[in-house]
Amino acid sequence: MERKIRVLVAKPGLDGHDRGAKVIARALRDAGMEVIYTGLRQTPEQIVSAAIQEDVDVIAMSILSGAHNHLFPRVVELLKEQGVDDVLVFGGGVIPEEDIPFLKSKGVAEVFGPGTPTSKTIDFIKTNLKRTLS
Amino acid sequence: MTELVRRCIAGDTRAAARLITLLESQDRAAYMALYRLKDHVGHAHVIGITGPPGAGKSTLADKLITQFRARGLKVGVLAVDPSSPFSGGAILGDRLRMQSHATDLGVFIRSLATRGSLGGISKATHGAIRVLDAAGYDIILVETVGVGQSEIDVVRVADTVVLVSVPGLGDDIQVIKAGIMEIGDIFVVNKADRDGADRVVRELRAMLETQAQLTRGQSPAAGPDTLAARDPDFMHHAGIEPGTQPESAFSEQVSETPPVLKTIAENGTGVAELTNTILKHLDRLASTGELEHARLESIKYQLGQFVFEEIDHLLSATDLTNVRDELARKVFSRKTDVYSAGMALFERVFQQGADHGHSQA
Amino acid sequence: MADNEKLEQDFNAWNAKVEKANEKYPERKKQFVTGSNASVNRVYTPLDQGDFDYRTQLGLPGEFPYTRGVQPTMYRGRFWTMRQYAGFGTAEESNARYKYLLDQGQTGLSVAFDLPTQIGYDSDHPLSEGEVGKVGVAIDSLADMEVLFDGIPLDKVSTSMTINAPAAVLLAMYIAVAEKQGVSPEALNGTIQNDILKEYIARGTYIFPPSPSMRLITDIFEFCAKQVPSWNTISISGYHIREAGSTAVQEVAFTLADGIAYVQAAIKAGLGVDDFAPRLSFFFNAHNDLFEEIAKFRAARRVWAHLMRDRFGAKNPKSWMLRFHTQTGGSTLTAQQPDNNIIRVTLQALAAVLGGTQSLHTNSRDEALALPTEEAVRIALRTQQVIAYESGSAETVDPLAGSYYIESLTDRIEKEVLTYIKRIDDLGGAVKAIEQGYVQQEIQDSAYAWQMDVEKGERIIVGLNKFQVRENAPKGLLRVDPEVGERQKRKLAALKETRDAASVEKALVSLRNAARGSDNLMAPILDAVRVYATLGEICGVLREEFGEYRPNVMF
Repeated sequence: MERKIRVLVAKPGLDGHDRGAKVIARALRDAGMEVIYTGLRQTPEQIVSAAIQEDVDVIAMSILSGAHNHLFPRVVELLKEQGVDDVLVFGGGVIPEEDIPFLKSKGVAEVFGPGTPTSKTIDFIKTNLKRTLS
Repeated sequence: MTELVRRCIAGDTRAAARLITLLESQDRAAYMALYRLKDHVGHAHVIGITGPPGAGKSTLADKLITQFRARGLKVGVLAVDPSSPFSGGAILGDRLRMQSHATDLGVFIRSLATRGSLGGISKATHGAIRVLDAAGYDIILVETVGVGQSEIDVVRVADTVVLVSVPGLGDDIQVIKAGIMEIGDIFVVNKADRDGADRVVRELRAMLETQAQLTRGQSPAAGPDTLAARDPDFMHHAGIEPGTQPESAFSEQVSETPPVLKTIAENGTGVAELTNTILKHLDRLASTGELEHARLESIKYQLGQFVFEEIDHLLSATDLTNVRDELARKVFSRKTDVYSAGMALFERVFQQGADHGHSQA
Repeated sequence: MADNEKLEQDFNAWNAKVEKANEKYPERKKQFVTGSNASVNRVYTPLDQGDFDYRTQLGLPGEFPYTRGVQPTMYRGRFWTMRQYAGFGTAEESNARYKYLLDQGQTGLSVAFDLPTQIGYDSDHPLSEGEVGKVGVAIDSLADMEVLFDGIPLDKVSTSMTINAPAAVLLAMYIAVAEKQGVSPEALNGTIQNDILKEYIARGTYIFPPSPSMRLITDIFEFCAKQVPSWNTISISGYHIREAGSTAVQEVAFTLADGIAYVQAAIKAGLGVDDFAPRLSFFFNAHNDLFEEIAKFRAARRVWAHLMRDRFGAKNPKSWMLRFHTQTGGSTLTAQQPDNNIIRVTLQALAAVLGGTQSLHTNSRDEALALPTEEAVRIALRTQQVIAYESGSAETVDPLAGSYYIESLTDRIEKEVLTYIKRIDDLGGAVKAIEQGYVQQEIQDSAYAWQMDVEKGERIIVGLNKFQVRENAPKGLLRVDPEVGERQKRKLAALKETRDAASVEKALVSLRNAARGSDNLMAPILDAVRVYATLGEICGVLREEFGEYRPNVMF
């Protein structure tokens, strides 16, 4: 039987704008994925430990506060420390384009800005999974 | 796989998590792996938390984790949420309430989607419990989806079932009356600071008392107010034939009226007492031999389930699907009838199963 | 009546003709809808107004039910307050931006705080890591507040502070700064947002559970009624509800339902309705559908006036008036072709003015990308000035009244708002409806529907899903100095060295005792602030006593 794609949707940092995270969560569910929604104010440590226990394929994070350069790379770093190398990590939110090369160099696979259609995110996940589904 | 099992037994979080994933995907090799866990299971106390949607099950689970941790126990949590019948996807949000424990190494939280199961837990829940048991978790909390009246499979996996109710859900008592009353070992009225909490407690106590009296007076299978009488279908599902089980696990559990407790999970009120009551319940089960009995019943049920699933699995193989379709056409054109065709199909399934078992061995 | 019958005949005949022509030359779409998905007719006539009664439904400006505005002369007296929300980095940097804005003709200040401040953490708290000074100014203690308002006479400006869970603490700091400037609390003008319910619903910067949060709010009501009489003690906000994806109707309905909850809480706390209701203010969003937005503001005023007079028995006309601030819709801005945002903001600002707003913030074109630059903020402010001085919109009161479309929209919104309020009443009021996740779920449903409409191309966003161009990454965005966090931490450490530790300790103990009892908390908070207890310390005590809120998330 084919495995389900499991995605952790989290909001690191302190901002409370979760409209995007919730819309994405719903869209991923409607695309047949299992979404673990951890809500607001998540530390990188909480995100990584939840990702491991939930054995997710993907960590999707949203930040609108401007703390992305600090928090996204920290999540990738912690995953490495734990020896996890098969989780796809990407982010979204209000993130200036000039920050994207830095984030990618730190291991964030992609950064989606405002106005990204959910279908694009879904395709991205399906084509970039690091683990096979069967 | 052997490596995964070894690491799981050694308490490795990632290995346990990965094994659960494989079980969820009905991976054959993972089923085999469960065999290797057998010497390491049977130690955990499995607690089911069930009740209607909005009763505060996740918040209660969160506070129970704190209590068990304070008593030095390691806690595994399996939180079940429904899959979407349309897309097969799911949003699993129970974990959100327990995220403050995410970084505690003595706590493992896993969200499970029902994936089509209707009984309030997912098919993989049995296996996931064994994995967490083998990985060294002392307590395993199983939080079911919000139950209506038929989602009672949790009784088949849990040693202690905590049934959570809450005032102000309208006909909450009615919901309980309608079918799930019997599965509760401990009753909790959560959000007890709300209006109507005492009324819910009174009504629950009255119902439990009536039930206990009835059960004491009559044999459980024939009694007017038992699960067997009301829902023979459930008993059938549970692998219990009415009348053939003179000592049903249920009859002994209700021989003492289950306690009814009040909690306000939001601020932790009453949760320490609930924790003690849960631990006491297990002690009593262990000392009276009920635990052994109940677990044996549960295994019987699982065996039955396993056979159903295997048949299902076999039936979905192409050659048998073809046989079925052909037989169906024959029934349709009145060349045979549904019972004869069914027996013929069953024999083919049986044959296939024997071959299948042979090739496995 | 006879007139209407004749009109109806005319209309039906006309409609039949148009439908026939429509078969050959169809309209652009099968169904026309507003920005909030309500259906829109081909044309509006007196037939749509039913038993319209001018006197009861509209009345005159400055008179019940205030549909046409809360003042008799509106902008002929004076323009709305042009108030740009600003703040970032340290108090020094924000202070410079405020002085710049005042020099540019802005007439009120609007303080944005960073997230640690909004959630009651000091800059050295582990959760503050990476967030200090990012979305607003970092305030740890009275020392920072003194710098923030240095050289700005607090008796001359009105200051709006977007602060909610720790509103009491920031208000106390403001009062303490004023004291040091020699300005008495009675002379202070301004607003604290202080609206915790919409934090639970949409904005997310909550700290405490509902019940102690409501106590803090009613404590502020009571304190200000006596000591800071001109202060707007709350800004009941629909802005963030709309940003979270609600419709226009939901924005008004959930905001007014929150308002009802605050009024009930204050009455339950023993306050007389007319003692605090005149100081209640509101905060709405303005989106692109010009007419629906204008109607929304008019309907909100009418519903609130009736609620206050008829449901709560308020006698003072000031209690009946819904006064509001407007901010243009942040979620309507696109990261694509950001200059187009200037036009969106213009339409939205015009809607707010034609809807009778008391003050206005216009978003800057680059806010879908980052905090605004000084140049972008200036254009946004100029947009308001062009509307005020050049468009003619401010020369008469409520110029669109009597438009068949506008009045029909106003009536519809009013009706749908009342239906929602009834449903929330049935659930036991706004607090219960929020705890059960009802309000949040309604908003999420609208947000998801909107997103799907955009993705299917059923809703066109210029530059986003139509008329796209290839663009280079925008240059020259405002960047908050990454060293802000470290600087702020050093300032905080230095403060803790120099302040009188014993008085801080004593003040915090008194605060704890007050929190355990039922005395008004403003006095002990003011005492703590004056001896330089930090925001994190004060909120820390309250966290320990009150506990923390955990959201109920449903999908």
